[in-house]
Amino acid sequence: MTHEFIMAGFGGQGVMLMGQLMSYAGMFDGKHVSWMPSYGPEMRGGTANCSVVVSDQPVASPVVTEPTCAVVMNAPSLDKFAPTVVPGGCLLINSSLVTADPGRDDVKVFKVPANEIANELGNSRVANMVMLGAVAKATGAVPMERVEEALAKKMPARHKHLLDTNLEALRRGAACVE
Amino acid sequence: MGETILMKGNEAVAEAAIRGGCRFFFGYPITPQSEVPEYMSRRLHEVGGVFLQAESEVAAINMVYGASGAGARVMTSSSSPGISLKMEGISYIAAAELPCVIVNMVRGGPGLGTIQPAQSDYFQATKGGGHGDYHLIVFAPQSVQEMVDMTIEAFDVADKYRNPVMILADGLIGQMMEPVVFPDGEDRPNTEKPWATVGMGDRAERNIVTSMDLNAEAMEEINWRIQEKYDKITKEMLRYETLDTEDADLILVAYGSSARIALNAMSKARENGYKVGLVRPQTVWPFPYEVIKDLANQAKAFLTVEMSMGQLIEDVKLAAGETPVYHFGRCGGVIHSPAEVYEKIEEILNGGGAAK
Amino acid sequence: MTVVFDRPKSLRDVRTHYCPGCLHGVAHRLVAEVIDELGIREIGIGVSPVGCSVLAYNYINTDWQQAAHGRAPAVATGIKRVHPDKFVYTYQGDGDLASIGTAEIVHAAMRNEKISVIFINNGIYGMTGGQMAPTTQIGQKTTTSPFGRSAEHIGYPIRMTEMLAQLEGDNYLARGTLHNAAGIARAKRYIKKAFQYQLDNRGFSMVELISNCPTNWGMHPKESIEYIKEHQLKYYQLGEFKGGEEASK
Repeated sequence: MTHEFIMAGFGGQGVMLMGQLMSYAGMFDGKHVSWMPSYGPEMRGGTANCSVVVSDQPVASPVVTEPTCAVVMNAPSLDKFAPTVVPGGCLLINSSLVTADPGRDDVKVFKVPANEIANELGNSRVANMVMLGAVAKATGAVPMERVEEALAKKMPARHKHLLDTNLEALRRGAACVE
Repeated sequence: MGETILMKGNEAVAEAAIRGGCRFFFGYPITPQSEVPEYMSRRLHEVGGVFLQAESEVAAINMVYGASGAGARVMTSSSSPGISLKMEGISYIAAAELPCVIVNMVRGGPGLGTIQPAQSDYFQATKGGGHGDYHLIVFAPQSVQEMVDMTIEAFDVADKYRNPVMILADGLIGQMMEPVVFPDGEDRPNTEKPWATVGMGDRAERNIVTSMDLNAEAMEEINWRIQEKYDKITKEMLRYETLDTEDADLILVAYGSSARIALNAMSKARENGYKVGLVRPQTVWPFPYEVIKDLANQAKAFLTVEMSMGQLIEDVKLAAGETPVYHFGRCGGVIHSPAEVYEKIEEILNGGGAAK
Repeated sequence: MTVVFDRPKSLRDVRTHYCPGCLHGVAHRLVAEVIDELGIREIGIGVSPVGCSVLAYNYINTDWQQAAHGRAPAVATGIKRVHPDKFVYTYQGDGDLASIGTAEIVHAAMRNEKISVIFINNGIYGMTGGQMAPTTQIGQKTTTSPFGRSAEHIGYPIRMTEMLAQLEGDNYLARGTLHNAAGIARAKRYIKKAFQYQLDNRGFSMVELISNCPTNWGMHPKESIEYIKEHQLKYYQLGEFKGGEEASK
């Protein structure tokens, strides 16, 4: 089984970190993984996206053009990536910021109010972790405990006091897609 | 072996250099490789080496010349336009037979081009690039792990042959993160360099590092001697991988990140009953001409998959004889998708398309 | 018997390729004498440029590296960073240092790289056949300024030593001349101070030496000495510009 993700949003929403944590979680789970940022002369606050592959097989191309799962954190990303998801794949939408209809009835669509949940948790910056919890749960690409492990291992020491909030964000996100 | 870590290609190549015994780095910022000098500026400080940001690529490669001539394990890195600037120094380094490692994280060209990945510096890397008859040993890694392994080895190889070694990767491998394992144990030791300029001390004969002899016959002699070294390297350093070529009607030839994409397309073709194989040069100089020549007797056609308008294809055609060679390439920073490579495979095997 | 004059040990006993009347030989001798006097031949590593002194390694008896045109300061930087305890010096002409290699010399000086530079300014490209240099005098005829150098066309001669003297840091910058005995004696003092600067681990040092090129100036050697007095020395002021007693006055 090969999971191919595109995760996209505004710069500053933490989509790169979301992708890296998914890669770490896959690696901790013994899978083959890759993470690849779209990079360019993008200004701060512009759009950003990354490709993540989590697979039982060695990763051939790290560049995802036909994702099995697209994660869109803002409206421009929906327009850009919703059409690229393979039929039968899934599309996770940050419904706090994206209200438009994805226009796909051949993929599973999950709407996650990531910013609202993050705000409820008292930290608007954990919206990406809410979404990551939802992505892990919806795709089953990696077990939730591996995501939690990745988060705990990779969170810088100076942010350790935020670990519980982040873990809670993952769980709340996962609960959205049950 | 050490633990598996997830690492960005640019940082991994820098760490690999440290493990390979590199203690000196001279470079200049350019996207998409700037994480290499950034990483080196931290790490070389830790291990007691020297990182220096030069005023230009030209100065950087000449600092490499000086440091290598003085006996050090030394590296520089850049991306396409910066590598063009280094070409003068690279020619001198090759001629003076100085060991060093040069990383090129290729980006789209020509000119200032783009900052996205490309493979359009193939000719420059494998056929010269600078002036005069010379060759670099050119490794073409397809993954972060392979780049790590090749870079660690590159310092030994450079010292062994007293020849510059290039790591020919691209923005994709530089920017991506993949799991990597670094070998346990000490960093590789520097080798004895009795020829290095370290001051005469009580040595009777002076050591002189030069690329020049104004006497034409003497300069030709030097060229002959270096050519003999290249012949030896050709025999000893060739690296390649073949996959499912035994029964293949169509053989893909691709290196570096293109090979990964070709492999994706090939898997799909196999699933759909097409007999497709892959030759992946791991060194692009020396190049596996004989391997392709042998396979030309069996395959109906070759297809080169490369992020350029057609450079690798020229080497494949040199070996393929009468067997037709097709080309599929994207360029200017655009990465081909496995789907479009698959379409090309289908087209060729159904009798379509024109060989170049 | 008392020996009053001898070949310095650091000067190899070979015939040079320099033209009759050329002052490179004098400059080489001064460098060799100073190397002898400071006892640094065993730790010396020279870097020669592209130009007439490309073959300097045939004459001065230390380890050497031969650099690409203009790049000697970068090559010397590489060597010195590997061997901070060795004595690293370059020997460059004005085409090499003041034209194609301006970035390298300016940045080596900016970093206060602990190398010593001997800069031969004879106002012309010698090796390639007498073309105009950035240091060529206004009105001076060369093979690429056949009507004489015009300021309107290509600007005024560059004063490298003064330019580098603008940089911060503990560096030594001086200009001497090779056209007469007093000048040569003074130039040697500058060279010795420059080398000592590096040995004391202080910083970058450079001595510019006003020199000649009888062949490409199209003059008898004696006339070339007159030309230095009449033209070069009127434009290029002698003295220590940074780091010496003269500079601090």
